[in-house]
Amino acid sequence: MRDGVRDGVRRISCGRVLLGVAGMIGMVAAAGRATAYDPAEHYGIPQVKYINEQVAKGWDESCLLPSPAATDGEWCRRVHLDLIGRIPSIDELRSFLADTSPTKKAELVSQLLGDDHVDEYARHWTDVWTTVLIGRDVTNERVNRSGMRQYLRRAFSKNMPYDRFMEELVTAAGVNANRRELEGFNGATNFLSGKMEEMGVENGVQATAKTAQIFLGLQVQCTQCHNHPFNKGKQNQFWELNAFFRQTRALRKRGGTDDVQWVELVDEDFAGEGGNPEEAELYYELRNGLMKVAYPVFVDGTEISKSGYLPAVMDDGTAYGVHRREQLAALIKASPSFPQAIVNRTWGHFLGHGFTKPIDDLGEHNPPSHPELLEGLAERFRETSFDLKELARWLVLSHPYALSSRSTAANKNDDPSLGERPKFTHFYLRQMQAEELYESLLTATEADRAARGEEAAKKKDTWLSQFVIAFGTDEGDDATTFNGSIPQVLMMFNGDMIKNATGTGQGGFLDRVASSSMSNAAKIETLYMAALARKPARAELTVANQMVAARKGDVITALQDVWWAVLNSNEFIIKH
Amino acid sequence: MSCSIELPAGMSRRHFINHLAGAAALVSPATAFTNSILANATDMKKRHKAAIMLWMGGGPSSMDIWDLKPGAPTGGPFKPISTSADGVTVCEHMPLMAKQMHHMAVVRSMSTREADHMRGRYYMHTGYVPNPNVEHPSYGAVIAHELADQVPGLEIPPFVSVGSGSVGPGFLGMTWAPFVVDSNGNVRNLDMGVDPARLAQRMEMLATIEKRFIGERRGASADDHAKVLDKTVKLMTSPQMEAFKVMKEPAEAQERYGKTGFGRGCLMARRLVEMGVPFVEVDLGGWDNHANIFPTLQNQKLPELDKAMSALVEDLADRGMLDDTVVMWMGEFSRTPNINGGGGRDHWARSWSVVVGGGGFKRGVVVGETSSDGKEVVSEAYSSQDLMASVLKSLGVSLETTFTAKNGRPMQIANSGKVIKELFA
Repeated sequence: MRDGVRDGVRRISCGRVLLGVAGMIGMVAAAGRATAYDPAEHYGIPQVKYINEQVAKGWDESCLLPSPAATDGEWCRRVHLDLIGRIPSIDELRSFLADTSPTKKAELVSQLLGDDHVDEYARHWTDVWTTVLIGRDVTNERVNRSGMRQYLRRAFSKNMPYDRFMEELVTAAGVNANRRELEGFNGATNFLSGKMEEMGVENGVQATAKTAQIFLGLQVQCTQCHNHPFNKGKQNQFWELNAFFRQTRALRKRGGTDDVQWVELVDEDFAGEGGNPEEAELYYELRNGLMKVAYPVFVDGTEISKSGYLPAVMDDGTAYGVHRREQLAALIKASPSFPQAIVNRTWGHFLGHGFTKPIDDLGEHNPPSHPELLEGLAERFRETSFDLKELARWLVLSHPYALSSRSTAANKNDDPSLGERPKFTHFYLRQMQAEELYESLLTATEADRAARGEEAAKKKDTWLSQFVIAFGTDEGDDATTFNGSIPQVLMMFNGDMIKNATGTGQGGFLDRVASSSMSNAAKIETLYMAALARKPARAELTVANQMVAARKGDVITALQDVWWAVLNSNEFIIKH
Repeated sequence: MSCSIELPAGMSRRHFINHLAGAAALVSPATAFTNSILANATDMKKRHKAAIMLWMGGGPSSMDIWDLKPGAPTGGPFKPISTSADGVTVCEHMPLMAKQMHHMAVVRSMSTREADHMRGRYYMHTGYVPNPNVEHPSYGAVIAHELADQVPGLEIPPFVSVGSGSVGPGFLGMTWAPFVVDSNGNVRNLDMGVDPARLAQRMEMLATIEKRFIGERRGASADDHAKVLDKTVKLMTSPQMEAFKVMKEPAEAQERYGKTGFGRGCLMARRLVEMGVPFVEVDLGGWDNHANIFPTLQNQKLPELDKAMSALVEDLADRGMLDDTVVMWMGEFSRTPNINGGGGRDHWARSWSVVVGGGGFKRGVVVGETSSDGKEVVSEAYSSQDLMASVLKSLGVSLETTFTAKNGRPMQIANSGKVIKELFA
């Protein structure tokens, strides 16, 4: 592939020969402002090489050429956003741009995944996984968000292997809130504490659906009531999976008031709905009103003991009983769907589109865009002991991740927003998440990050809650108005966050820029670098200079207007 | 127009416009900002078509509201009462709506297949089942798209959702996204707190950055962002925002609609339609009654619904707006005829009812029939796309309309649903 670009001709397996014009232009442009080295570099990492080859194979098969590499500034910005949830500071950016090492990208990634950034890494992935595990709705009183976050922060701080992570969440027992007067705190319980009961019926239906969806990429919620109309899901499979949660109870503790104060997740012997704990069954209703029986059977057909007893030992020393959730976690871990689901989710996080849409719906009814790559990466992820940081490293150092988001004539049809299957010939645009915007504004304004920890997290939660829409269903479905619509723009125009970020108070960011000894042009450039990771274009500098001139000596007011515009731009909020 | 136009305090609109015109504000010249002030209030008074969707999130048990089965084992405790429409009965806990049924039509023969909340919500809003390759536009986006031209001076979004946000615009683009407000009509962050001249300068700087980024061909979302900016600026300076101020209604009206979120939402919907908004969705959640359904309906859901919906229909009729305004009531599906062990009903899509009225619809009728236990439709069954086609027809929107999805595929409006003929005279 490198040879193909070098001689300006790229042979395409479909029989046509395309001039690699885009590639040529890319290389020329690269000399000016992007990396001058090969974007398909794999830094000696075999998994990166594998990704590059697999994705390039897809380009060949569909007669597409990749876009040239993103500029260093663009790449630096996106890798900060995707790995640690914020844009780079000016210093971080400048030091990356000044670095001439051919392996500087690999080095930056090692830094971002290393000890220096471990808190930010953990914070970002805590944000991501809080949404995955318990949604954005803050009103579920059976969920303690702060407990969930504490657990996740700890897990991501030490880069807990993903299989361990899943096991801890699926088998969690204990108290969901971290309070001095309570014993047995386990924040991981918050994944299931709000999903055990619906309308007063403790049946673990949501626990079943979410566990399958998140950890296996399996959408089973429809099969609660009937066989799935267009995938292979059968109603019995739902209830057989559900049977794994029937030893589990979420005890609501009221602590003297009507409100639920905390939840204790416990496992107890399950007597079965027929009253025989040796074969503890449950019953579910078919659409025709008939009742059917179900015992714990995993989605691949593996049966476990029907006993409802927890493991124990009889007086004569015979062991009996089974811990159903522990069995479930072991079965999930062994399933090929388990690493595939996380690879697909992670790929979607970094590359803008998963191999399937939605990312948590795998199966024959929804074939992936790159089946071989998905399977191959999943195997490699398992071989690497489920190391999430390694997976992230492979993806951000891959060729598709290094590409410009600017499409070319040779790949403009590769647009998944048009319903096409993604080919990853260029970097797909996506809007920052609300959490990323929040952190990026703090970075851009060099805000004091001293106020961290739970207090800061609560402040952020309050701010985020303005975007949440709850749908009023038992399943706690929610969505966000942080979706590029008018309320979001109004918030960016006029909200308190932006008022603070564009404040001119003494010692604040704008004040420091304005009162520095830099020229006006350099001041404007500082704003651009801080927010957009690039210098202003000539036309932009012209308009900005006019604003400074119109304000006569009042530079800070002019800078405030420029800064407001920069922060409100598409380029700022769209990862590109 | 029923409400007076007031300028935002401290801002001269003309002054602002002059500044902004000089800045040649935003990206699309077709939506030149200055056009809008030329449209005066008389334009808005012209008759225009509109639709109000009353969305019952969670899946309401229609056989306890519109299609009662007294005496059947599945029937539940509620009794039917007669209404202002001959031969039409409704639940005894809907006494106020009973007096308005001569304006409405009940379709008792809906039969759908989506009984998952998110899927059903999508299907009933769009007429399409979810498809990973294309996002379809919802009612609000389609109707706003088709009817927006009839009120050229409209500065507030043509698709307003009061409550839980509706379903998005799909391939029609963010221009047609729902504008979500709470039922008090508060729109957050409306005031920038700077003078118009300065806002205009900021917008000029912003437009410069936006244009450059769009010109780099990175994808449609860059362009969409600019379009939404344009709309936001219009909205921030529009006197039409008055329509959201539902608290300015006389106390009597607020009382009649009910001092509930849904009541205020319905009242706001009337004000918005009067202002020219072609589509308003008002959401009432809490219908996912897997347990204790009957006390919940009798004591909470039905009184709230009855008050607000009846007041809305009555007002629209009294003000001569009903001929041009369609009102529709539905959820994502309904609930099982069988009553479960917890005294609730579960998800059910096979046989259920929706209610429509106004526009070109026939009034005071019942369409279709379910079996004596409510488990089957025994007349011709209708789908979401049939309902959508019927609503569009009653608004005068051509069913020949074809959209082009982003992938270039032609998409017939309302998914080629067929009109429910009994709904038309």
